[in-house]
Amino acid sequence: MENVVVIRYGEIALKGLNKRYFEDKLVSQIHNAISDLGKLRVYKAHSRIYVDIDNHNVNDITERVKKVFGIVSLSVAKRFEVDMDKIREVALQELKDRMEENSNIKTFKVESKRADKRFPLKSLEISRDVGGYLLENTDNISVDVHNPDIVINVEVRDKAFVFSNKIKGFGGLPLGTNGKALLLLSGGIDSPVAGWLVGKRGVEIEAIHFHSYPFTSDRAKEKVLDLAKILSIYCGKFKLYSINLLPIQKEINEKCPEQEMTILSRRFMMQIAEKVGVENNCDALITGESIGQVASQTVKSLYVTNASVDMPVFRPLIAMDKVDIMALAEKIGTYETSILPFEDCCTVFLPKHPVTQPKLDRIMKSEDALDVERLIDEAIENMEVEKITLED
Amino acid sequence: MEVYLDNAATTKPRKEVIENMLKALENQYANPSSLHKKGVEVEKEIKKIRKTVAKALGCNDKEIIFTSSGTEANNLAIKGIADAYKRSGNHIITSKIEHKSVLNTFTELEEKGFEVTYLDVDSKGFISIDELKKSIKDNTILVSIMHVNNEVGSIQPIKEMSKVIKNINSKILFHVDGIQSFGKIKINLKDIQIDSFSISGHKIHGPKGIGALYIKKGTKINPLLSGGSQEMGIRSGTENVPGIYGLGEAVRLSTEEIDNNIENLKKLRDYFIDSFENEVEGGHITSEKSDVFAPHIINVAFPGVRSEIMLHSLEQDGIYVSSGSACSSKRKGFSHVLEAINMKDDLIDSSLRFSLSYINTKDEIDYAIEKAKEYYISLKRIIKR
Repeated sequence: MENVVVIRYGEIALKGLNKRYFEDKLVSQIHNAISDLGKLRVYKAHSRIYVDIDNHNVNDITERVKKVFGIVSLSVAKRFEVDMDKIREVALQELKDRMEENSNIKTFKVESKRADKRFPLKSLEISRDVGGYLLENTDNISVDVHNPDIVINVEVRDKAFVFSNKIKGFGGLPLGTNGKALLLLSGGIDSPVAGWLVGKRGVEIEAIHFHSYPFTSDRAKEKVLDLAKILSIYCGKFKLYSINLLPIQKEINEKCPEQEMTILSRRFMMQIAEKVGVENNCDALITGESIGQVASQTVKSLYVTNASVDMPVFRPLIAMDKVDIMALAEKIGTYETSILPFEDCCTVFLPKHPVTQPKLDRIMKSEDALDVERLIDEAIENMEVEKITLED
Repeated sequence: MEVYLDNAATTKPRKEVIENMLKALENQYANPSSLHKKGVEVEKEIKKIRKTVAKALGCNDKEIIFTSSGTEANNLAIKGIADAYKRSGNHIITSKIEHKSVLNTFTELEEKGFEVTYLDVDSKGFISIDELKKSIKDNTILVSIMHVNNEVGSIQPIKEMSKVIKNINSKILFHVDGIQSFGKIKINLKDIQIDSFSISGHKIHGPKGIGALYIKKGTKINPLLSGGSQEMGIRSGTENVPGIYGLGEAVRLSTEEIDNNIENLKKLRDYFIDSFENEVEGGHITSEKSDVFAPHIINVAFPGVRSEIMLHSLEQDGIYVSSGSACSSKRKGFSHVLEAINMKDDLIDSSLRFSLSYINTKDEIDYAIEKAKEYYISLKRIIKR
């Protein structure tokens, strides 16, 4: 009998002729996620992926695996040769183990699946048989088919599987199956979540960050690095481009109307991101914008910002409420870091009354006072690049 | 060029200090409590260092306790005394401009039921002796005052204060936080009626992680830690031998050179203040060229330019200083000291602390002032508009 992690994937099974490609990607992503935990075999069979466990720490493995995009759920199962006596015995042991761990378990149910139709008992019959056996051989527990405290699962395939837990994955698609996009990453709550959501759709991520040093602190940069590291738990290794926007902000400050500072800065950021994106094979930009959150995120402002680039801009948070974004940030583990007080964006230049209803022609006219191309090129020339990995 | 002007935050350990610490790490690593001769060797050395520290303060070596930091020394003195004397009274006094290691210890005691008076200060950071006198009550058991304020540099008249306190009731205990003053102001505890006095290693070119507390003979103090009864039972825990060795060397050097150092510091400070006043147009300066201000702390402001921006601008040229307010434009980041001296918001928001060491030079100050002046002009132009 062996211990094995059974990994189920939903959506990618639908991908027709590409299915194999998606599955192989998923296998390799899972492998990447746990390769430093010891020698572990990851393989697919019959529309599932398995990880064979030996003396490894099971929790470490499941904690890592459940964060891999494309996984619907996983279970830690016992696997053995198909044999009804053995199934009863293993199921009983599983139930006893769980009851020992948790004294609140008072009801159970057996669920069965028969993938191998040559097996003489139908799934309902397996459940009834095993359930009866369990009931006979345990005390203080009864059957509840509607709302059980625990479900003992039995599956009959080429081998028999018994398990009682089902850990939910994040779903989505395996990383790297959908091209690459560049995330505009700030130190705030929203942008890491936006990157995560798009990453979940299998899109490889790179990130670009804007600061105003020395008007902002190095600690703010460190904070963005920390956020990027958390993202890389899900999105793998990626590059973080760091741009000092201060020279541009100074120029805007000097030559353009005060209330347009923010929207003009946003347009510069988008254009710089687009240019860096093109140079690094990204086909889209990702932002954490959400309608109405701040002055630069009214629909009119978004229109003006959007008009500065040709590349598609993904805004996965566009219609989400702040509380929901915060809840997601907590779930993926970026919230704590995001709320640290260091400002990454310069508040010195924050206009007292920023425009909320900008007009594109007027904004573009303001830009006429600036040597936009030169400013963008200079900003990119002075760009710093950091490789983000989980280690260190 | 690197110009380190944040010496009130911490100082660079001297070579001699590091060498002495290495001796403890490489050779004299035994536990001073061990019976064997290797342990005794260390014990003897610590005894010698205790004498050095005692001599520097003008007290007996039996009155010196080594702690893990200045913060611990303050905590030990205040909590230890409050606990030991709580039967005699419930009222304790401190000021509004204390370091957090004192202030937060007092708030903790307040939450535990002590009655606390927080004395006000004037616009230069001085406590009124009159007010101190008036605040003392029948049930007062402890007064804790800092000798030199770490942000503005004001020196409290601790000798006068001790007389006032002890004249009213000689049983009231007087703790002085001497962390910023030790090594910069001559102190002789023989001449002042102080019951406890805290110092820290890393403010005098010694190591971090070591402090000491003078506790006047006969003063009861309840320990914070339970354990092997090291340090005469007042501070359990195996001695931080490398730290003590480093502290000893730093204290030895500081004592030896103190007259020279103070003179140098005063010259540097006066030079800084003069240059600042002459060069930085529109700049504001709180500290003064006067003997009631510490010779190493200079609080200035660049109205209109947030402290952090100036701080980060200067750091680009290798000039390191501290800001009076922590980040953000929100009020909660404001320094409690600058608020207590009633500094105007725009000054608090733009204040920087330059703190000197005797190893700084006039050239360094010229360089720092020149850069500060340049940045102030250009930043004001950008920000004001």
